[in-house]
Amino acid sequence: MVVISDILVQGVQMLLVLLLAPLLTGFVRKIKARLLRRRGASVFQPYRDLLRLLRKEVVLAENASWLFRVTPYVTFAAIWVAAALVPTFATGLLFNWTADLIAIVALLGSARFFLALAGMDVGTSFGGIGSSREVMIAALAEPAMLLIVFCMALVAGSTQLSTVANFMASSYVGLRVSLGMAVIALIMVALAENARIPVDNPATHLELTMVHEAMVLEYSGRHLAMIEFGAFLKLLLYISLIACVFLPWKIAVFGTGPLSYAVGAGAYLVKLAAAGFFLALFETATAKMRVFRIPQFLGAALMLGLLGTLLLFVSRSF
Amino acid sequence: MSSVVLQMVCVAGLLGLAILAIVLSRSKISTAVIYSATLAVSAIALIGSIRWLLGDTANATDLMLPIGLPWLGAHFRLDALASFFLMVVNLGGATASLYGLGYGHHEPAPHRVLPFFPAFLAGMNLVVLADDAFSYLLCWEFMSLASWALVMAHHRETGNAKAGYIYLVMASFGTLALLLAFGLLAGPAGDYGFAAIRVAQHTPYAAALVLILMLLGAGSKAGLVPLHVWLPLAHPAAPSHVSALMSGVMTKVAIYGFIRVVFDLLGQPTLSASVIVLFLGGVTAVMGILYAMMENDIKRLLAYSTIENVGVIFVSLGLALAFQANGLRLAAALAFTAALFHVLNHSFFKSLLFFGAGAVLTATGERDMDKLGGLIHRMPFTSFAFLVGCVAISALPPFNGFVSEWLIFQAVLQSPELPQWALKIMVPAVGAMLALAAALAAACFVKAYGVTFLGRPRGPAAETAHEVDRYSLSAMFILAALCLLAGILPGLVIDALSPITIAILDSRMPIQANEPWLSIVPIAESRSSYNGLLVMVFITLSASLAVFFIHRFASHALRRGPAWGCGFSDSTPAAQYSAESFAQPIRRVFGTLVFHARDHVEMPAPGDTQPARLRIELHDLIWEGMYAPIAGAIGFAADRLNYLQFLTIRRYLSLVFATLVTLLLVLAIWS
Repeated sequence: MVVISDILVQGVQMLLVLLLAPLLTGFVRKIKARLLRRRGASVFQPYRDLLRLLRKEVVLAENASWLFRVTPYVTFAAIWVAAALVPTFATGLLFNWTADLIAIVALLGSARFFLALAGMDVGTSFGGIGSSREVMIAALAEPAMLLIVFCMALVAGSTQLSTVANFMASSYVGLRVSLGMAVIALIMVALAENARIPVDNPATHLELTMVHEAMVLEYSGRHLAMIEFGAFLKLLLYISLIACVFLPWKIAVFGTGPLSYAVGAGAYLVKLAAAGFFLALFETATAKMRVFRIPQFLGAALMLGLLGTLLLFVSRSF
Repeated sequence: MSSVVLQMVCVAGLLGLAILAIVLSRSKISTAVIYSATLAVSAIALIGSIRWLLGDTANATDLMLPIGLPWLGAHFRLDALASFFLMVVNLGGATASLYGLGYGHHEPAPHRVLPFFPAFLAGMNLVVLADDAFSYLLCWEFMSLASWALVMAHHRETGNAKAGYIYLVMASFGTLALLLAFGLLAGPAGDYGFAAIRVAQHTPYAAALVLILMLLGAGSKAGLVPLHVWLPLAHPAAPSHVSALMSGVMTKVAIYGFIRVVFDLLGQPTLSASVIVLFLGGVTAVMGILYAMMENDIKRLLAYSTIENVGVIFVSLGLALAFQANGLRLAAALAFTAALFHVLNHSFFKSLLFFGAGAVLTATGERDMDKLGGLIHRMPFTSFAFLVGCVAISALPPFNGFVSEWLIFQAVLQSPELPQWALKIMVPAVGAMLALAAALAAACFVKAYGVTFLGRPRGPAAETAHEVDRYSLSAMFILAALCLLAGILPGLVIDALSPITIAILDSRMPIQANEPWLSIVPIAESRSSYNGLLVMVFITLSASLAVFFIHRFASHALRRGPAWGCGFSDSTPAAQYSAESFAQPIRRVFGTLVFHARDHVEMPAPGDTQPARLRIELHDLIWEGMYAPIAGAIGFAADRLNYLQFLTIRRYLSLVFATLVTLLLVLAIWS
């Protein structure tokens, strides 16, 4: 009976992330449009886009291989699993111990690995340029991410996200300088990983300036729908991650009953909306940077992570 | 038959096969006979070592042969550590033999390969089994020379003679360092048996010297930066199944030597040792993979990636040393297990990748990736196995490379327990270097796979390639399956490694077999846990779910059309991204510092019909800064001394007289 309810809660979380992800992207787009004094499409537009893509035929390049056709599903599955393992409204879910934060980051790495390969598959220059830049960004983001994990694990004594969230939700953490540095670094890494401004522009239409979009240029129809869905999920995942580690306010502890789950879910929606709003605000206020400025941007994230870690060593109270 | 006797009988069998191969050298059946026989012998030795590792490992078995030094004899011993490395050696040997059954038929000069192949395997087995310094060094030299002969198998191809020469010089240098290390270990009494060395007391000064000499000796064989220069030349020069053995297995034998001396014979490690090993490991990992990223030759790329993995293993060993020196037994066991796990994993996927590169070489005759492309259509099975190898080596879940990398990160996260400030700050930095190396490895293998197997064929060789034979494919698929199995069932591997950590470090990781759902939990579940099996199941389930929904509800229409070229159609395959252009962003970010990389654009004048050219300038700073001056100095001295060969008889006589007087003077002053 307990197992069934456990599986139920885990299943709810998997469905929840799936259903909310397009809404979040639609919300960010809407806010961005409003900030630019446009009316913008409805927040439900991403759902319609996905449905439209699903109904369309796939135009496959002549020499596309099986890898090109398999990649959208593999990528989507890897990101979905990763997103389902990050606590959203409740901690201590049944399968949270399947993978810790390092494994979740690596799962996203698997998704990126296959996407980059798919970019090379058709044999056009756009795919190549996208893939080669994407792996460069990943190579810079990953060390920064590890130092953030390290900083966080030093405070919470764990890389297990449920444990970390429970620890951070407890009252005796307080404000710490090093955690502040870690959260800034994590936001920078999240911007890079999700191909947002200032690292990449998700709305660009000029091939030479694209990174992520250039890589998936050859995709169409249902394949493109899976890839877009994966990107929506990834944005949701990173926001959930930041929320559960650094802002675990009202997050439900496992087994505390439906009411606290409902409160947790409500708080989660508020957090998502706030994060989406600030993301849109930030993207409107900044410009995209040149590709070879990205190393400095992510280098700063790395240094913040390192500094946060060192500060923790220097003094326990920071 | 006791286990060590069984292993020695297998070694004798391999040596016998080497002689048989000389006898059969010109006959047609020799390839099939020798490889199937080595396959059988290696398989027996493999099963023997696995049974021993899983079974009764408490009692090591010894064997003394009345050869070698007259007062010592030749000692051989099978203990937990040796049996693990024997397993690695013989698994590599068995799969390489299986691969050779098919690949060997394309060998232009089988009589140059066949005698040395079993001899090389025998040499590696003997190094692991040796239990006194004399036999160890003798077997080490035998292994080096056998592999040198294999490197020189195709000695007429450009570059191979140079590779063999540099290998020989570096191997001699390494053995010299080992000789001195064992001399110091034996002490003034001069007892060369490992059992005596183990109980002897070593002064801190001698221990530090031994560590440095081991880093020079075993490190040069394993490929530690900056002693790695021979490795990317020699490993690719050999036939591909031998490259797989050299990269996947022989580097591990060198690591075995390091572990045996530093962890087992030297006793309690010191802190400075761990700092040196950590630093060298971190530098090796990052430098190795950066070199690999710049490489266009697929076999050299794989050889450089071996250097990276050796760096990862040394980082892990350095962590184990640091924890052990501070008495943090559990953390030391974790780091040491991670190192051994990575040894095993690297032997799986590096052999697999070299077999794949060999298959490409057989099918196309090309090693230059810029002439390949599109092989996924022509060689579907090879490309699938190679893909598994690429995912595994890039440390991506749910394959095995990720598990060992994850364990190393968990060991890195234990570093706050260390009391020393230098280590507290150094270990996270080394951890970041490892993460950088892992991310660059993924980039590097996207490049290797993307340029070689994906895209459109860049030349006629790639267009007309055919799938390779079944023996080669089965060897690759066995290794690919092992990569997946070790990735989803890591708990079994960790438990199997525990006798070694008990024997060497006197502690072990928690028993993993009792964890629910076959998870692995290095310290405690609240700290961290990982379950490769469930990750695999979840990915499969959610991907199948997605596929099911798409096929149930979405459109099935599919049309093939030309790729979008921004309005330009019919572009040539040469317009694709090449290996060099794929590396460009990383070359620009890291290469300007590490390789002094510069891009030169040669733009013709307006109206000139010549094509514009892009030239890339890369400098191997380690070669230019360290080896080239030494080689130059030796060449200079040789040139000067050459003058002495053309003297008149009078001058020779006066030279001899002067030498005699000088020596007598020295003797007079000395005494």
